[in-house]
Amino acid sequence: MTITDVAEAIGKVIVILAFPPFLLGVIARTKARVAGRDGPPLLQPYYDLVKLVAKDSVLSRTTTWVFLAGPAVALVAALVAAALVPIGSGRALWAFDGDFIALAYVLGLARYFTMAAALDTGSSFEGMGAAREATFACLAEPAFILGLLVLARATGSLSLSGFLGPAIVHVWSVGAASLVLVAAGLLLVLLAENSRIPVDDPNTHLELTMIHEVMILDHGGPLLGVILYGSSIKLFVFASLLVRIVIPLDHPAWLVWATFLAGLVAVAVVIGVIESAMARLRMPYVPALLLSGCLFCALALVLLVR
Amino acid sequence: MIGCWGAVVVLTASALAALAAGRHGRAPSVIAAAGAVIAAGLALPSAIGSLAGAAPVELAVAWAPPIDELRIGIDPLSAFFIVPLVLLGAICGIYGAVYLDDQRTRRWLAVPACFYNLLVAAMLLVLISRDAIGFIVAWEVMTLTSYFLVAFDHTQPEVRRAGWVYLIASHLGVACVLSSFLLLGDGGFGFADIYAHPLGGASAVVAAVLALVGFGVKAGIVPLHVWLPEAHAAAPSHVSALMSGVMIKLGIYGILRTITFVGPAVPWGPILLGLGVVGALVGISLALYQRDIKRALAYSSVENIGIVLIGLGVGLWAAANGYPAIAALGLCGGLFHIWNHVIMKGLMFLGAGSLLHGAGTRDLDQMGGLVKRMPRTSALVILGTVAISALPPLNGFASEWLIYLGLTRGGIDAGPGSGLLLLFAVAAMATVGVLAVMCFVRIVGMALLGRARSDAAAQAHESGKGLVGPMAVLAVAAIAMPFLLPVLVGALAPVIEQLTGARFEAGIASDALGPLAILGIVLWVAIIVAFVAIRRLVRRRQVADTWGCGYLAPTPRMQYSGASFAEGIHRLLPRLLRARIVAQPSTELFPSPKDMQADRQDPFTRAAYEPLLDRGARRFGQLRWVQQGLLHLYILYVVLAVVVVIAIVSIRDYWVLP
Repeated sequence: MTITDVAEAIGKVIVILAFPPFLLGVIARTKARVAGRDGPPLLQPYYDLVKLVAKDSVLSRTTTWVFLAGPAVALVAALVAAALVPIGSGRALWAFDGDFIALAYVLGLARYFTMAAALDTGSSFEGMGAAREATFACLAEPAFILGLLVLARATGSLSLSGFLGPAIVHVWSVGAASLVLVAAGLLLVLLAENSRIPVDDPNTHLELTMIHEVMILDHGGPLLGVILYGSSIKLFVFASLLVRIVIPLDHPAWLVWATFLAGLVAVAVVIGVIESAMARLRMPYVPALLLSGCLFCALALVLLVR
Repeated sequence: MIGCWGAVVVLTASALAALAAGRHGRAPSVIAAAGAVIAAGLALPSAIGSLAGAAPVELAVAWAPPIDELRIGIDPLSAFFIVPLVLLGAICGIYGAVYLDDQRTRRWLAVPACFYNLLVAAMLLVLISRDAIGFIVAWEVMTLTSYFLVAFDHTQPEVRRAGWVYLIASHLGVACVLSSFLLLGDGGFGFADIYAHPLGGASAVVAAVLALVGFGVKAGIVPLHVWLPEAHAAAPSHVSALMSGVMIKLGIYGILRTITFVGPAVPWGPILLGLGVVGALVGISLALYQRDIKRALAYSSVENIGIVLIGLGVGLWAAANGYPAIAALGLCGGLFHIWNHVIMKGLMFLGAGSLLHGAGTRDLDQMGGLVKRMPRTSALVILGTVAISALPPLNGFASEWLIYLGLTRGGIDAGPGSGLLLLFAVAAMATVGVLAVMCFVRIVGMALLGRARSDAAAQAHESGKGLVGPMAVLAVAAIAMPFLLPVLVGALAPVIEQLTGARFEAGIASDALGPLAILGIVLWVAIIVAFVAIRRLVRRRQVADTWGCGYLAPTPRMQYSGASFAEGIHRLLPRLLRARIVAQPSTELFPSPKDMQADRQDPFTRAAYEPLLDRGARRFGQLRWVQQGLLHLYILYVVLAVVVVIAIVSIRDYWVLP
């Protein structure tokens, strides 16, 4: 391991830890601009996090240790997931055969404890949110896995760093149609997994219509801060996957990094535009949207393998 | 080998001693539990020796004609199943002695203690039998003893019904197994004879299909699984744990044994893979909406058997098609999942028993808030659900991980057709994974979290050391397994070589498990650090009611129930797999109380078996005049039957054959 490798790894850790909340700022700013407002500063999510962590907490008397385990596991899982995804240039911080399965299951662990923490409050609203989260996850997961399997079959690798390494440049030249479908499918998964419109509305004011926000209704102060930070990292993870698929640049490193970060911001802008342009779907229509994501990825697989 | 035989003797002797030990008092339970523990100590060394590479041993015991001699022996395949059998048998034996203790004044506890040890002995005999006759006899004893255990609470009609369903299903299964052995035993009924005279062509296929059906009933392969939810829910919890943990795996043992008999004449890989995908999806879908915690766990066993079959299927397919690395991953994954499922399903059923003991109900919607009342049991159950949802860093994920790697590698390396199917199997397994998370979060959420949903739950009491201790042992195993697996891969080598006949590269599987052990350590350390840090962050806190969105007088009944939690996904299931819900519509302006009934009976029973068996019963009813209850009439039937048989044989011998 050379000095440059170490420096790059440290750089990646810093990006993983520091950059994700910025994406939330970009989304908020985009939505404000489209609506004709100035919007909050781009760094507002950082101020929010500092403010939240400094607050006192109010805990429900129904809750137990499970309630605290929810945010803890969600944050750890998001960080581990970020270490498995190749960001910037080159490989991920930690790459091994089958890491894409580990990624899906580590996020599953986070989902388990987030839902358990919601149910720990005994509130019917939070139970409702957990049930919706679980139901929609059941439809988003096959799309996510199928999308990654397309990359596996196309590149002959079992690792995310192999999927999104130099091999993908060649895949764009022979199987572009599949990759376009996968990118579309993964964008839908990104919107669903990160509770964005049209699946979920993070800014809605009515508990009955929420999914993710209603699950964390009772988490306030530092706990809410941890959850927000963790979910921004999760958004970063999914956006990184999407960017590395869509921008198959390999070298030079500075250009790759520049396009990568620009790409992340672009994904955030796209999310902001989608959120401004359309309303949240009615709950009964969400499964159809997610199933279309599955179908995109399944079709991509058939196109690739045939 | 002597150890295993000694274990059978000890188990039988302790069963009889328990029966003789008197009607009241703790003695019968203690004798039986001690017998189970001693048997484990006797049988383990020889089983471990066989897995470590000792040569297979066979013994012959003289027996009355027409059997002449019974052969017993141990080879890696049976040793692989003996290890979990005797260990879980001892753990559940100890648990059972305490579990039933509160019924001491009302029931004669020597009976369940006796049948429990006989059941363990019968299962051990199934595994060490080396001829078809001994195997069938032991198999039948296993079925009957477990029937008596399932029917322990026989005063309840649904328990009698469950026992009845179990008995019928098992005997239909055993009929198929028997016919299969009749075909296989063309050159003699000893396993050695069967190996020496392998079947070929159509009769091999027929024998394989019969064995698959017969053993599939025991293993709970969809659609032959219908007895599982009934019997597992009805049986005392330590018996459910043993049945779900080990007995259904003996169905898998039977299938694997048949594979070694029949060999590659049958395309085992695709068959098992297909059955596995269907079983996993159907099992977890049905587990999602059960109200009875033990029924949900039983359906989860159906799912896990499916996952085992997926692993074995991809491994056998790869071995037959010349992909040794994929075969190693798939077979290791499938076999390890058997061990892992023993641990986690044992933990879950013992946990369900502890909850039943503390809160007095199996109904998820009558529990709630038990984390506070039963903290130790609850923590162990939560750990068990994380393991059985196959989430890292626990053991369920480790074996599924190997299966995933095998499937994906196969999907990448194979040609277009099979490659596509294997990759879709990966997606199916991922879907099963999220559904399992939903299923077990629901169980934890309804049973343990929130507020108590009934008075009984509000008064629940923690179980004593005798119940929590055995669970804790299994929990430690669930935590340790992911780190032990890279070492244990070597123990699978003789089993896999026996199955495929080819050399097994242990390095591939243990290399694949390396990153998983690191992931496990990272997750454990990081989660513990984060949890401690978060507890520090919320040091300054007030305690208040749960936020009711403005509503000020919430009651525990307003919590999300198990039915409402599963409602969204239930709607998305195929019509066949849904519960049948009959609800009165509410149309008036000021609604009056309404009835709603949900029939959660197994859809296969409801849609296929019951109508079929009802029709059969009606048809056979028309033959009732045959039964007149007169002795001389029955003697006439016997004479007629003998005459007909003699006539057939003479016709064949004198006119047809020459």
